[in-house]
Amino acid sequence: MKKVLLVLDGNDIAPRFDLAMEVAVVCLDGDEKPAEKKDIVLARPSSEALCELVASENVHAVICGGIEKDYIQYLAWKDVSVVHSVMGPAGIALSRFQTGTLKSGDILFEKRKV
Amino acid sequence: MKDLPVSLICVLDQIPIGVCIIGRDRGIVFMNRALEAITGFSTEQCAGLPCSHVLRFNKCLENCPVDRDESRERCVLEGDIINQENQKIPVRVTFASLIDESGEISAYVETIDDLRQARVIDPARINPFSSGRIVGRCPQMEKILQFLPVIAQSEAPVVITGQIGTGKDLLAEELHHASLRANSPFITFHCGALPDSLAESELFGVAKDTFTGVVKKPGKFRLAHKGTLYIAEVGDLAPLLQTKLLNSLDEKIIYPIGSAKSVPVDVRIIAATSRDLGQMVQDGTFRSELYFRLNALSLHLPPLKERGEDRRLLMDHFMRAHASLLNKPVTGFSDACLEKLLEYGYPGNILELKHIVEYAVSLCRTEQIELRDLPAYLTEDFAGLDAKSPVSAEQPPPKGGAGRQGDWSALEHQMIMDALLEANGRRGKAARLLGWGRSTLWRKMKHYRIGFE
Repeated sequence: MKKVLLVLDGNDIAPRFDLAMEVAVVCLDGDEKPAEKKDIVLARPSSEALCELVASENVHAVICGGIEKDYIQYLAWKDVSVVHSVMGPAGIALSRFQTGTLKSGDILFEKRKV
Repeated sequence: MKDLPVSLICVLDQIPIGVCIIGRDRGIVFMNRALEAITGFSTEQCAGLPCSHVLRFNKCLENCPVDRDESRERCVLEGDIINQENQKIPVRVTFASLIDESGEISAYVETIDDLRQARVIDPARINPFSSGRIVGRCPQMEKILQFLPVIAQSEAPVVITGQIGTGKDLLAEELHHASLRANSPFITFHCGALPDSLAESELFGVAKDTFTGVVKKPGKFRLAHKGTLYIAEVGDLAPLLQTKLLNSLDEKIIYPIGSAKSVPVDVRIIAATSRDLGQMVQDGTFRSELYFRLNALSLHLPPLKERGEDRRLLMDHFMRAHASLLNKPVTGFSDACLEKLLEYGYPGNILELKHIVEYAVSLCRTEQIELRDLPAYLTEDFAGLDAKSPVSAEQPPPKGGAGRQGDWSALEHQMIMDALLEANGRRGKAARLLGWGRSTLWRKMKHYRIGFE
């Protein structure tokens, strides 16, 4: 069972890790299919609180938007892989993660015509 | 974007502060070159995307100016953004609405001022023995600080040499800030951080897609146009990239991946390395032409153990800075603590000293930092590196015996590998075996890329 934490802003991946107020922790079964989902609302936005949550929930991977380098290094040290700078809907991000095609910096929004 | 006359785009690209035009739907319409350098994103990548996800400005995320009742009025906000390279950058953002002839809001414009430089010259941070953020008054540092303005004004490439943690990155930034290019971007590229194929695309960019015309990746060279490109650990650059870099330096043009069309770039190169480039040239691992091209001006940063009284100066500097950051009434070090700190060898140089002082200030509960506040590896005896003896860091390694930096690095690498093997991969136990803190081991593992491949 693999646990993935998605840092959310509504239905999208939150632009910033340190300002996010809600996260979803998704358990993926052996076939990488979601078996369980838990939504957590934080009392206040805080990178440290999120890192503590990652540790206490035994999360294996974090999918987020902008995040400071220090926190990526800290999480990597804790053997948590971080897919960062992801822009777009959380559902698409999770689907791509399940298929192993999500990478840092992916832009998943449908581009509006300018 | 289409409606903007080309000349206006050229004008916006020449403005040294970031400018962003945002549509009524809050989608990015245009970012000028300065903003591309700050954020790391190109307009082509981000056109049409929500501005909050691209700029990641904290004040906009907390209270978007568009949602405010007085959104028609100009407002100035100070906060920070997180760029594509995961750096938090202090910025001042001026937000204004663009009103059309019918009195309706047609778009929004934001100017983004990078405050990093302003923070550097904050009068409250000025130290009598410093230039910008560089602190030091030992003869070697005095010489460097004396030459710094002269070297900064030159357009020639600079090579900064020195051991790990001696402050090469900081010196490069100071050179940029003291140069005529100070108002243009300062872009950093770490050679060792990426595999060769990725490093090439990061450095030189990826050309426009043939069908869509979209620039896939601008590359560090283009982001640093008119500014400075700092290439850290240039000794780790792959042979193919050395050739490409040499060509760029000679011709002042780059060829993005997937394109035979050259792109003119006006970039000053500052390179840094902890390796002996002269020796690498002799060994045939570094191109001699590139070495002579880069080595027009060179600065060598001495290791901390050779900086005499600077150790005390730096201790006080980091203590004051960290105490002020944490709002702690720490005013100095106890005699025993001072003695311990002054006799230690600092193989990690200033970086290690900084971390030690920050750690001690964080733990200190009185006005004076005591021995108990220091990291355990300094105060306890371990079988690995002898923290008590500064000589241990300077001694020539027992194996090889040549006494060069490379040999010492190889020995240290071997020591880490042995400890990790003995500890069955457990880093905490390996750190204890080596007599280091976990963070020191982690930093060194990162440096030697053990487990970071």
